[in-house]
Amino acid sequence: MSLRIIKAGVLDTIQDCGRYGHQHLGINPSGAMDHFSAQLAHALLGNDLNDPVIEMHYHAPHIQFEKETIISLAGADFSPTLNGSPIPMHHPVAVGKSAQLKFERLKNGARTYLAIKQPLQVTKWLGSFSTNIKACAGGWHGRALRKNDVLHFAKEPHLENVLKEKEFLILPWKSQEAVDWRTEISFLIGSEWHWMTEESKEAFQTQWFQLSMDVDRMGYKLSGAVLEQSEHEELVSSAVSFGTVQLLPNGQLIVLMADHQTTGGYPRVAHIISAHLPLLAQKKANDVLQFRLTSLEEAEDKMMLQQKYLQSLQMASKFRMEEYLHAV
Amino acid sequence: MNANPSYSIFPLGDAALVIDFGNSINEQANQYVLHLFHTIKKQQPPFIIDLVPAYSSLAIYYDVKAVYRQKEDDKTAFEVMAEWVESFTVSEIASTEDKKRLIRVPVCYHEKFATDILYIARVNKITVEEIIELHTGATYTIFMIGFLPGFAYMGLVDERIAIPRKPQPEPVHAGAVGIAGRQTGIYPIASPGGWQVVGRTPISLFNKNREQPVLFQPGDSIKFYPITEDEFTHYKSGSA
Repeated sequence: MSLRIIKAGVLDTIQDCGRYGHQHLGINPSGAMDHFSAQLAHALLGNDLNDPVIEMHYHAPHIQFEKETIISLAGADFSPTLNGSPIPMHHPVAVGKSAQLKFERLKNGARTYLAIKQPLQVTKWLGSFSTNIKACAGGWHGRALRKNDVLHFAKEPHLENVLKEKEFLILPWKSQEAVDWRTEISFLIGSEWHWMTEESKEAFQTQWFQLSMDVDRMGYKLSGAVLEQSEHEELVSSAVSFGTVQLLPNGQLIVLMADHQTTGGYPRVAHIISAHLPLLAQKKANDVLQFRLTSLEEAEDKMMLQQKYLQSLQMASKFRMEEYLHAV
Repeated sequence: MNANPSYSIFPLGDAALVIDFGNSINEQANQYVLHLFHTIKKQQPPFIIDLVPAYSSLAIYYDVKAVYRQKEDDKTAFEVMAEWVESFTVSEIASTEDKKRLIRVPVCYHEKFATDILYIARVNKITVEEIIELHTGATYTIFMIGFLPGFAYMGLVDERIAIPRKPQPEPVHAGAVGIAGRQTGIYPIASPGGWQVVGRTPISLFNKNREQPVLFQPGDSIKFYPITEDEFTHYKSGSA
């Protein structure tokens, strides 16, 4: 036995960087909402960036460790504790057996990611561990985690020596502050951007938009200025992606998120840049944001910078982890 | 791609692009889309991570990191990809015609399953028998798969059985065969849906445990044939 869910959170699922290559069959990518934090959690452990994580929302689960391991938490800060003592975010932490992980209070953000040093024994479906709830496939039996689920992982032989009977131990390296709380989200214009009136294009870029109560892994409905279409053309169903901003018939916007459908028929007025999807993924109902127009060059640069950071952190952590485990 | 047919290429965010052959449900445009889809899929370039054919457009998801490893100048990944797409030809559209798979799909049109067939009969002033005859009479093309895992958008149905979708989605069973406008489709899994239901198939269109979880591919030809309620039940307990 390895880790046990003592109490389930509102939506705890296994995710990775997503399931690609099957969208032509209507199988959407799923994957972590905040893919930067999900990868960061594994980078801190020196693991493969695409290894599976547990994505958690607030209220988050209580987790009992039944075997020693090293964990890291990245993303939203839900004030994590181990046996009642606070532990830092964005830090590898060695955890003794019978330690209990809880989350006391939502400080900021919407989603946090738990990575485990040893590979979690969860199901790969069509090349990905991500949970596809609609298809009941991948991850943990294709569903959210429940009370008394037990997720196994292999034994890590050196940990007894590291922990020396301690309940847990914070390892001496960390990442840069991962989550950025800014409200300005960069976008690229979509192919139906020009279907909006000039006033609406202006409003899109200058007004504040608020996340409605209708926000989940499929999409975020926003409330704000009512935007208008100048051309009353209807769009024939065409591909949409994570970050596509659609204009709904009532003049409101929806941003498609990780569990979006593969195709859609509403005008695609904008796309959030990949590097800013993690910012959006950490927003919750009633949070506000503004859209800022950017260029493809800038969008690609930002994406590549994030990737380089994750890769260098992963390399450095891998080295330090080996050094640490074998020095003791 | 040669100068004919006309198309446009635009970014779908910063990691995908769309080749658009005109915003319409048009069999010719769809043939270009499917030809390009199959051509690229066969080639499996390592920097392509997903392809999404739709009625008149094909989206190509690419791995920006992989494109950056190959590119030499200061072009964007999108520009590199757009040029790569331009290099394809869609001139041999006709040759794709004979490669289509024909799949015959049993459908039980009994009122027990065909919850909206009487509504269509009333609105379109046609008999239930005529609806079945017209629905099974044509061979349909799968224009695209979307909405749900394995939900195939097919067409075009005869104008006499075309019917607008419902104003509000209702719960629909797995295997339900529906009509919306001149499109027809099958719900692979139970879901809310707005298509008018004319029957149900006992075959399993989506099964996560199969090596190929989805039975159909975009571009397949589909022909429906009617079965009785008894045959439906036997089919369910036997081969499905």
